[in-house]
Amino acid sequence: MHGRPRKAPKPEDEAASSAKAQKLRALQTQFFSFHHNKIYTKEAVELSAKLLEINPESYTAWNYRKLAVEHYLNLPDCNPDSIKSVLDDELRVVENALRQNFKSYGAWHHRKWVLSKGHSLIDNELRLLDKFQKADSRNFHAWNYRRFVAESMKRSEQDELKYTEDMIYANFSNYSAWHNRSVLLSALFDKKAEGFLLKEKVLPEEYEFIHQAIFTDPDDQSGWFYHLWLLDQTVTTDSPLLASSWPGHGSDVLLVGDRCYNGSAFSPFSALHSDSGSFPIVLYFNQPVRGVNSSTVTVECGFNKNEDLLWKPLSASNSQTARVWVAHLKVSSSDLHSTVEVSVGHTKGIISTRGFEYSHPSMLSFKVHVQPMERDSSQVSVAESISLREENFKVYGKQSEESIIDSFDQLIIKNGHETTASNWRFEALAKEIECFRELLSLVDCKIGKLTLARLLKAYDAMSYPFANKLVHSEEVLELYSDLMKLDRTHYQFYKDERSIVLLQKYKDSVSSAICGPICLRLNNLSLSRMGAFEKLLWVQMLDLSHNELQSIEGLEAMQLLSCLSLRNNKLRSLTALEPLRKLKLLRILDISYNQIGDHSIDTTRYVCSSPLSHSVGSELNRDETVTSDVALINNWEAFYIFKDFNLNQLDIVGNTIADEKFKSVLVKIMPKLKQLDGKLLD
Amino acid sequence: MAELAVDKHVKYILAVEKNKDSFESVVMDHLRMNGAYWGLTALDLLGKLDSVNVDEVISWILKCQHESGGFSGNIGHDPHILYTLSAVQVLALFNKLDVLDIDKVATYITGLQNEDGSFSGDMWGEVDTRFSYIAICCLSILCCLGKINVEKAVSYILSCKNLDGGFGCTPGGESHAGQIFCCVGALALTGSLHYVDKDLLGWWLCERQVKSGGLNGRPEKLPDVCYSWWVLSSLIMIDRVHWIDKEKLVKFILDCQDVENGGISDRPDDAVDVYHTYFGVAGLSLLNYPGLKAIDPAYALPVDVVNRIFFSG
Repeated sequence: MHGRPRKAPKPEDEAASSAKAQKLRALQTQFFSFHHNKIYTKEAVELSAKLLEINPESYTAWNYRKLAVEHYLNLPDCNPDSIKSVLDDELRVVENALRQNFKSYGAWHHRKWVLSKGHSLIDNELRLLDKFQKADSRNFHAWNYRRFVAESMKRSEQDELKYTEDMIYANFSNYSAWHNRSVLLSALFDKKAEGFLLKEKVLPEEYEFIHQAIFTDPDDQSGWFYHLWLLDQTVTTDSPLLASSWPGHGSDVLLVGDRCYNGSAFSPFSALHSDSGSFPIVLYFNQPVRGVNSSTVTVECGFNKNEDLLWKPLSASNSQTARVWVAHLKVSSSDLHSTVEVSVGHTKGIISTRGFEYSHPSMLSFKVHVQPMERDSSQVSVAESISLREENFKVYGKQSEESIIDSFDQLIIKNGHETTASNWRFEALAKEIECFRELLSLVDCKIGKLTLARLLKAYDAMSYPFANKLVHSEEVLELYSDLMKLDRTHYQFYKDERSIVLLQKYKDSVSSAICGPICLRLNNLSLSRMGAFEKLLWVQMLDLSHNELQSIEGLEAMQLLSCLSLRNNKLRSLTALEPLRKLKLLRILDISYNQIGDHSIDTTRYVCSSPLSHSVGSELNRDETVTSDVALINNWEAFYIFKDFNLNQLDIVGNTIADEKFKSVLVKIMPKLKQLDGKLLD
Repeated sequence: MAELAVDKHVKYILAVEKNKDSFESVVMDHLRMNGAYWGLTALDLLGKLDSVNVDEVISWILKCQHESGGFSGNIGHDPHILYTLSAVQVLALFNKLDVLDIDKVATYITGLQNEDGSFSGDMWGEVDTRFSYIAICCLSILCCLGKINVEKAVSYILSCKNLDGGFGCTPGGESHAGQIFCCVGALALTGSLHYVDKDLLGWWLCERQVKSGGLNGRPEKLPDVCYSWWVLSSLIMIDRVHWIDKEKLVKFILDCQDVENGGISDRPDDAVDVYHTYFGVAGLSLLNYPGLKAIDPAYALPVDVVNRIFFSG
């Protein structure tokens, strides 16, 4: 099926083919007769060998041979010699079959099955494997089989590591060998085996080794992914850390009872409108964790210790693991001013997905002020269109007149954290940066630029809470711009990476923790992707209009969002809006002028929790109010995304999907909606 | 740019179905059930499923079912999980899942789950993440996924996750686009995609696109039209398909057509077969090629077939 040249069929070819076919069919028919009648004579078994030699993929023949072997092994007159002879036969048949097709799953499995019978000529197996590796060093069947043999022989990881080294020295372009090396090294690190206890000793040698591959031929991908793994091993701290929170440490929060957007931009406090007297506390970790609950995170508010706070992970479906966790704290209306203290990780239990414990207990505290209600909320008139008013916004990139205030968030991390990341990590990164700068001075290559960008980002991230700014941002942005030109095939990949770096440059957010702005304008920045959420937790009104966003993955972290514009972007489906389902305060949403309805293929169909992915039950079918009126089969995405929203105002014009019929479906799904595309609803 | 020679491909597929006498056909005899799935799904994507005799197909499928509940690749062969999925998929295409004793099929599949959550292909015990995908997809279509231990099935698949973000056939096995499709598909169907590092895997997958615009299955290998499915559907499921150049890939697939005799091959100017014809057409569907039905990236069935299973009645 692969790699055969296209030939025009000639009559003599067809005749020959037909003759061959008839022979094979006859063989097969005879074989079936033996198989279905359970005939295991020598002659019958020989026939199956003939069949497998012509067609090693005829799986039923392998099954038959296993039955034949078991039949012989159960005969009363079998002895060690006859058993050996029978099993040797099987190994011979497998070898013949593999000569025909060394990728035959059936053949490899049969060999494993034979060996499991205890007839072990394991040394032979290594020799056989050497033959196959020489024929094709990328044959994954052979590598898998080698793993099976090594385990049966109890060969050490160190010996197998040496084997990968030999293979790589024979030919650097051997991704399979690099892969196996990473598996073995990883196991040795985990076991804390002798000689592999200290990554700082082992990794520099591995870097030397991988350089030989990458620098010999920068266009050969074999080493790229191994190098990325080495980088990950160098940079990743084992324990999870708290990266950011809202409210920030040392901040003042004003809870406002009625809907007043006036004046809040200039008040000294972060004002948050709250009907219920409660507000979210958001914890943003540097990696996904589980085990955040009222035992591992304690919240003291005034005189009350909140023991029944429910911490929820912001993750898709029913996962109990997330980077972002949120709980809602209700402040008693009699307390106009309270101090809240949040202690994270003083009790063990917060664990990362890799199994490492949160080991740097931290504490953050902030003040909450409750503004008493001035107007009876029932008298508030139906909102006129809330527009994203200029004066409420903090413009991205505009230098703040105030001096850049040291981030209070960072105080949490400084308290109880090692003062600097271990030196060896910085040294390793610095050396890599130097090597790749040298490579780029000789060869203008894609992997050089991409790796350098990654190294510089990693270096900055490691320096980050202690350095005041990200030193290499400009250089990294330029590297990505270069890559967008150099490797046009992967243009969008570099653009996405670049968008995140652009957002991470934004650091004024920290001053907002005490100064009050709640609105952020990030429009016309050619953003294709959102990121840097740990710096944006304070945002209540966000303008992302006129960008190129086709995904809002991660936006669920911005729990304070009440007003969001995604106007004029490239959202392609309703399921792409899934992150918004977790934004309980969202009231105003503008998704006008996107591409929803243009594309038949939905790329967020499975990233979104849906009945198709069994992450949601069949509530849909039981909801009568909707199914009786609405053709569910055509609108399930709309139902799933919008049914939990609490929107007052929605703009959807300019999307192919937004015809009158669809809009009436939306109105049925969201009975509380007050305004759709500028029109007031009754 | 070349165009998709729809009529030629339809003719080719129908001819392959009828021609049982060539050597190629006999050698593929044992996987005719897969061939039926490839040919018929391709016909449906091309809008021509009604060109075949439904009853004949269904009657042949049922003849391939064994006492155990599993289906064989063709009449006379032994049952195997591979052909059980294809049988169920073809019945779904024709909206004839009701001819099945669903419990019987489910029992066959649940019987193949091992202690560690993995699945064997048949009673002889070969384990491979392909079979995990098959079990999950099959029971999902039959709306009885809960009959297997889903949690263990997922944890076995995750044990096959590699340091490059990809997945292999067994723990420690090298990442390969086919295995990645199976694992990502299985994780998608069980609502477990959050375990996938989408950026890491996305980069590995997007680097499968080579200069010619085609996709290979792993680093430093030749491009092949079938990877237009395995790599592409994986990218779509993790929402990273914009990281490849879609137009270049469309061109590559169209260049692999035999525009005179119909059919699509693995590479331009190679021999065609129904396997690559299906994957070429399915890939084009994922790339929004006009005139084709939309295909679901996880179930590998037309979207309207999947929606019908989940949302009708």
